[in-house]
Amino acid sequence: MSERLALSEDILMKIDKPARYIGHEYNSVIKDRSKVDVRFAMCFPDVYEIGMSHLGIQILYGLLNSFEGVWCERVYSPWVDLDSIMRKESIPLFALESQDPIKDFDFLGITLQYEMCYTNILQVLDLSQIPLKSIDRTEEDPIVIGGGPCTYNPEPIADFFDIFYIGEGETQYENLINLYRNYKKENKSRREFLIKAAKSIPGLYVPSLYDVKYNKDGTISSFTPNVEGVPEKVKKEIVKDFSNAYYPMAPVVPYIKVTQDRVVLEIQRGCIRGCRFCQAGQVYKPIREKSLDELKKYAITMLKNTGHEELSLSSLSSSDYSKLPELVDFLIEECDKRHINISLPSLRIDAFSLDVMSKVQDVKKSSLTFAPEAGSQRMRNVINKGLTEEVILNGAELAFEGGWTRVKLYFMLGQPYETLEDIEGIADLANKIAARFFETVPKEKRVNGKVQIVVSTSFFVPKPFTAFQWAPQCSKEQFLDKAYQTREAISKVLNQKSIKYNWHEADASVMEGVLARGDRKLCDVILKVYKKGCFYDAWSEYYKNDVWIDTIKECGLTPEFYAERERDTDEILPWDFIDCGVSKAYLKREWERASKEQISENCAVKCQGCGAAEFKCGICPGH
Amino acid sequence: MKLRIKFTKFGPIRFIGHLDVMRFFQKAIRRSEIDVKYTSGFSPHQVMSFAQPLSVGVESNGEYMDIEVNSITNCKDIMDRINAVSVEGIKVTDVTILPDNAKNAMSSVAAALYTVIFKDGYMPSFDLSDGLSKMLEKDELLIEKTGKAGKREVDIKPGLFDIKVTDKGYSMLLDCSSSGNVKPSQVISKLYEVNDEKEPENIFFHVTREETYKNNGTEEEPLYQPMNVF
Repeated sequence: MSERLALSEDILMKIDKPARYIGHEYNSVIKDRSKVDVRFAMCFPDVYEIGMSHLGIQILYGLLNSFEGVWCERVYSPWVDLDSIMRKESIPLFALESQDPIKDFDFLGITLQYEMCYTNILQVLDLSQIPLKSIDRTEEDPIVIGGGPCTYNPEPIADFFDIFYIGEGETQYENLINLYRNYKKENKSRREFLIKAAKSIPGLYVPSLYDVKYNKDGTISSFTPNVEGVPEKVKKEIVKDFSNAYYPMAPVVPYIKVTQDRVVLEIQRGCIRGCRFCQAGQVYKPIREKSLDELKKYAITMLKNTGHEELSLSSLSSSDYSKLPELVDFLIEECDKRHINISLPSLRIDAFSLDVMSKVQDVKKSSLTFAPEAGSQRMRNVINKGLTEEVILNGAELAFEGGWTRVKLYFMLGQPYETLEDIEGIADLANKIAARFFETVPKEKRVNGKVQIVVSTSFFVPKPFTAFQWAPQCSKEQFLDKAYQTREAISKVLNQKSIKYNWHEADASVMEGVLARGDRKLCDVILKVYKKGCFYDAWSEYYKNDVWIDTIKECGLTPEFYAERERDTDEILPWDFIDCGVSKAYLKREWERASKEQISENCAVKCQGCGAAEFKCGICPGH
Repeated sequence: MKLRIKFTKFGPIRFIGHLDVMRFFQKAIRRSEIDVKYTSGFSPHQVMSFAQPLSVGVESNGEYMDIEVNSITNCKDIMDRINAVSVEGIKVTDVTILPDNAKNAMSSVAAALYTVIFKDGYMPSFDLSDGLSKMLEKDELLIEKTGKAGKREVDIKPGLFDIKVTDKGYSMLLDCSSSGNVKPSQVISKLYEVNDEKEPENIFFHVTREETYKNNGTEEEPLYQPMNVF
């Protein structure tokens, strides 16, 4: 038994799900160490089952391993049971494939998918025995690079990263790695490499090369490079030829059940819709489709290479894919032959999608999902959610005729300009859907005689690069009041017995809001919170709200400054140095239109002049 | 048509649990493009039967599972095709077509042969042979089992079919049926208990399941033969 595992048998037999830590999964990439000169550890700072479900990591893992001389491996947050053993026994965190310590790697890439994972970044660095702050790292330490949606405001974690990669990862990693190789060859310093990277490679933000000054009220007075030649603004990277972009044909197949245990087909990137609360809708602009032929080829190849029993489409709004009927017909036929399940998320409910869904799922067992996001038409205009009551009710009616009896409705509470009437609109809409069921389905045809409507509300968190980036966020008390009002309103409607209501916890939503729009002053808070033992904050059972609030206060800050304060549109925002394609002028226009309850048409109907046309790709006019 | 597949489980993947080994085979068989049979309905799945789950951490040279196929090329081809899409440590070593009247793997499994090796520095202080005799002299060997109906005492002595002393441990032929399964770790615990020795806290022995058997004889005169012998 001379096997190479970083953890002893004694440890592996003691912890939950040892399969999280042993690697050896099908399609995982093993390279000959002697033929590799750059070692890259790609990290999702959450537990294996979550991290393994992430498409972006699979793309970058495959892409980096396609480069000669580069070996990219995976690493995830050890679960709390192993975490305490590793600390006690000083076992350095290791990569799954080689089981080698991360601290010996050239790069540690960390994907930042949600704010509540920030303490887990520190966990990963700490267990890896890498200094937590960029400033304390030496030539011996890996270059720590962050990517993913949260890099659209990386300031609260700026101290912990050497580089942030802003935008889509497919484009610049090769350049970055080549630059690194040259610097290694020439024996140049870490700092020299970072400066050169910031100056010469688009999309890279090196936080240590910028100084931030503040006004007395805590807002930013200036944000400037401290090294000559480093760009004042960092422009996001984007894949222009999306159809021919790299896509992993043989993703790693986990042994244990993970959240997303299926072939994922990314049909398009970006969204035409322009919902005012949605960050993804703005930062992935413009929408770019993959060609139908490529997708057909990918589906077949990936099913064969993985053996997965399910295939799912991925996009922000699948119904907007121009060749959806052709794609779905093809997939249904091919998947049927192979006994593969199809899952179709983010479809608008209409005659077409209901027909498709009735073919791929058991109508009696499945439920339909609508995401009106707001209860009243007035409020849906404020948030620019182009979904009307009529469309929802007609969709529901068609579904009831088709045999569905379960409907899920998703709403957000606490969006700007929301009133009590808007909240009552949630109950009203749910009630009307139930009523439509009783009108549509005659008594003798009703399964169990009833319809089930599940209303779920989350609390709105304003995000950078949205029309609502200036908006005040509700306090915890306001959020809970709104949830109680929703519950109260639902209990008063005629069909209340058919409606079930769930709402999220408010504490973590407030903290997410603090971090989402935070500045560099929060780095100390996150570090202190972590030192007090917090991590896995995205898991409600481990989230300690009191510790967060107390620590913010200890650092002389307040949560209200970040979450509840309405920003002036002239204020320098922490993320203003990033150029994500959409202009501030456009976002201001949208913020103003929201206040007037005016909708803006989607990209397919009329260009709103957001600025993304400069990328000269996708749906944008003039290229 | 039903096939009985014999496979190994070795190395790091011994830390994969039984259900995950099943999931692994579901996917591997899809990758191999064998003409396997699926259940009908909205979530079609393959019909699979495993002889007896292997405990996490135990290695094996003799695991068995049955699958159902619509058609086959030949047994060697099935074996090669699964091995081509398998992982290090899981290797198909035999494929046999099940006779029509054969019971499935789960209901026909009767016994298994294990090699138990004490790790270096963890040899018990009692003599292996004397210690074994002392245990087998007992009328019954009760262990506590926690089942659905709570805790109950079970006598594992009838399940100890044959135990031999080897250089570094024991070779054990144990009951492996779904009703009377005895695990080597249970025997080792009992052995330490009977010999008044405290078990080390670390993992101190290593187990390999060498072969799994069904009973081709009678209940009175059992004839234990590998699961793929008919």
